[in-house]
Amino acid sequence: MSEKKFSKKHEWVSLDGDVATVGITKHATEMLGDIVFVEVPDAGKAVEKEGQAAVVESTKAASDVYSPISGEITEGNKAIADDPGSVNTDPEGASWFFKLKIKDKGEYDSLMSKDEYDKFCKENPS
Amino acid sequence: MEVQKTALYNYHKNLGAKFVPFAGYEMPIQYKDGIVKEHISTRTHAGFFDVSHMGQFFLEGDETLIESLEKIIPADLKNLKVNHSKYSFLLNNEGGIIDDLIITRTEKGFCIILNAACKENDIKQISQFLNKDHKHLLNDDLSLIALQGPKSVEILEKLIPGVDNLKFMTGSNFDYEGEKLYVTRSGYTGEDGFEISISNTKVEKLIDYLISNEVKPVGLGARDTLRLEAGLCLYGHDLNEKINPVEANLKWAIAKKRKEVGGFNGWEKIKNLLVNGSEKIRVGIKPDGKVIARENTKIFSSDNNEIGFVTSGTFGPSVNAPVAMGYVKSEFSEVGTSIQLEVRGKKYGGKISELPFYKKSYVK
Repeated sequence: MSEKKFSKKHEWVSLDGDVATVGITKHATEMLGDIVFVEVPDAGKAVEKEGQAAVVESTKAASDVYSPISGEITEGNKAIADDPGSVNTDPEGASWFFKLKIKDKGEYDSLMSKDEYDKFCKENPS
Repeated sequence: MEVQKTALYNYHKNLGAKFVPFAGYEMPIQYKDGIVKEHISTRTHAGFFDVSHMGQFFLEGDETLIESLEKIIPADLKNLKVNHSKYSFLLNNEGGIIDDLIITRTEKGFCIILNAACKENDIKQISQFLNKDHKHLLNDDLSLIALQGPKSVEILEKLIPGVDNLKFMTGSNFDYEGEKLYVTRSGYTGEDGFEISISNTKVEKLIDYLISNEVKPVGLGARDTLRLEAGLCLYGHDLNEKINPVEANLKWAIAKKRKEVGGFNGWEKIKNLLVNGSEKIRVGIKPDGKVIARENTKIFSSDNNEIGFVTSGTFGPSVNAPVAMGYVKSEFSEVGTSIQLEVRGKKYGGKISELPFYKKSYVK
């Protein structure tokens, strides 16, 4: 498994061969608050870089989750749909959102490193 | 207009509040614990809410004051005893709800608690019916603190002896720190609790005491999930000027005598609706799965006809399921009716549900 890369929309990606795993960052869960609903995509769905791929809702509001990378979904994490609160406890581990077969590794390479992302969050507080 | 702050603004800040603009005020939406924990601690222990943005409107006058107020409020004010409160509304000529409110009889007149977003207009509307002998004051020198939850009575009784004698929807004056404060046994969460009207200069001291008794601060976020589980309406969402009390399923709040005799704004229309029923009516809604049907979600019948819309929807932490309220055509309002909710373009199953979602535990 490769190192995690990060998007400006607060998703993380790790890469294993040509299969990427995508989730939302700890920072994102802290902004969202208590997560109470998650909808993940079905296998076979094609997603574009920065296209809407999943939904996450907190007690406050609904937000789209975007795929930081183009490809075809191979699996949505049904466990988090059954237990949305688990996204708050382990957002960057067991509570990933979906896996997809990627087309262009360049899209992965262009994402932010952990340090770059932390800096980005500091400079863009919300 | 400049954003207003309550007397406790800096106190909230020190407690780690996240603020949002609400009805012209900077109000805490949540604190460090977050909405779900704040909600649960209110249901299991006690929480306090700063609701000082709401209007505390005092009226004084002779008997003609009652006649004046009864023209716009359909409660039986003539027979309302001193220190007793009623839930009611201000009505327009069409019977539409200008605001919903709690009115309490005082020694010299009445106190009305008004929604923050409506209070200026409310006072304009009420004033039309007042005469020069009726005195009125929107008292900004007072804070209003709601203390809600099963431990509220035990905690407040230690500080203000006598509050445990109050029954639901009654109030009384008490001495505190050399001042008078007014406490009613009421609230907006479905829990036992109190609303405490206290001077801005003493309110921090009261909150210090509550916090020392492990009462958690609760923001507008949990206030919304608590009131929705309790089936209570939020003005501007579940109620507005185009909705009348019959449609809102609040006809119980119109006094029996007033239903018969009338003499208030919109009575002709309301009288007719009381006999014939309304076309649409407010109902509780439970989505079948985990999907949250938020405000403005369209409601469809099981055979795909649009029959209404959601006015409030969230996840109910104590119900541990999504809950909502909305308006449907009356023929679909029976509890248990299967409906569909259109969320993000997809239809999800749901049912018309009883209200409240969470059983109230008032001390009557």
